[in-house]
Amino acid sequence: MPTTRLTIISVIVAVAALVLVFELLRRRRLREKYAVIWVLISLATVVLAAFPTLLRDAAHLVGIQTPSNLLFFGSVLVLFAVSLQLSREVGLLEEQSRRLAEEVGALHLRVEELEKKQQAAERGSETGRPTPGSEAQSSRRTSAQ
Amino acid sequence: MAPAADRRVALPGTGELLIVMPALNEQDSVARVVREVRAAQPDADVLVVDDGSTDATAERAAAAGAQVMRLPFNLGVGGAMRAAYRWARDRGYRQVIQVDADGQHDAAELETLLAVQAADPSIDIVIGSRFAGKGDYPVRGPRRWAMRMLSVALTSIVGTDVTDPTSGFRLVNRRALALWAEHYPEEYLGDTVEALVMAHRAGLTMRQVPVVMRVRETGRASTNPVRSAVYLLRVIVAIGLAMVRRPPRGGDS
Repeated sequence: MPTTRLTIISVIVAVAALVLVFELLRRRRLREKYAVIWVLISLATVVLAAFPTLLRDAAHLVGIQTPSNLLFFGSVLVLFAVSLQLSREVGLLEEQSRRLAEEVGALHLRVEELEKKQQAAERGSETGRPTPGSEAQSSRRTSAQ
Repeated sequence: MAPAADRRVALPGTGELLIVMPALNEQDSVARVVREVRAAQPDADVLVVDDGSTDATAERAAAAGAQVMRLPFNLGVGGAMRAAYRWARDRGYRQVIQVDADGQHDAAELETLLAVQAADPSIDIVIGSRFAGKGDYPVRGPRRWAMRMLSVALTSIVGTDVTDPTSGFRLVNRRALALWAEHYPEEYLGDTVEALVMAHRAGLTMRQVPVVMRVRETGRASTNPVRSAVYLLRVIVAIGLAMVRRPPRGGDS
């Protein structure tokens, strides 16, 4: 049976976890979509720490003899779900950054091409300037188009 | 050069064929390969995708006359090829050939690939295969078994002989380009194995053609049994993933 001292300690730990989540959320270090699940988990921890009998009753209901085993089972499930979700997110992020890298490569190449073209055009206009009549020629060409 | 010109498949103007070389730290070979390829296919554009090299690969490729797409970090062959396929699609190229930058593919064999598609335009993907009876290329031990297994599995999935599934010497047309520009697997072996399965599922046709390949000059062929075992395992995973994964939507157009 949990003693009062143990209850106090677990409540303190659970509240600390809740405060940490809240603080991260407040500082915009935690995105809302992750915050909800962590707030829920830490709230549940606080409740369970404050009322250990709840855990015992729940374990009895499910048919688990040792209440702490229900807690472990539940924690493992939650952690499994969370880490699976994070793996999925990491995969998504990797795919997005790969796409971006590919796009950056392509854009780089396009810019280089354009720069080369522009330089060639500038060189052409510089060498073309001294010869008389070239301007008139080019204007004729544009009007003909 | 004249006899080569006689054999050349007619290319209707430039901007039709793009030859892509994914390159990672290949500064010793890339320039020579680019020059060989340009000599063999003067009408084609050559694009070297520098996959995050830390040496002078990009500079030497550019000096040899290739266009160079520099990726900001290493994406692997799969990522490099997807970037190249997207580039080719956006530029309206009709055919793209992938060539290794390490010089193991003979530039003269580009013609062999092109001839297959010229003879039968319904073939979307032409794979240059080193085990299909031309030339001799030494691969032994567990690595050979792994390749055998991969080949048997892929042949049965795709329905046409694929004796060299990991070949990085391939010609694709516009239909395959449309698929691979959007969906190209980036995992190890995925770029060769899963890509073919994906293409097959999207209704694309493929054919292999025997080509001569040179032994890689910068020898990395591993004979380490542990590495070979890992390779075998990855082969199994790659086939498994290719079988299980859902085909991408909207690939077959």
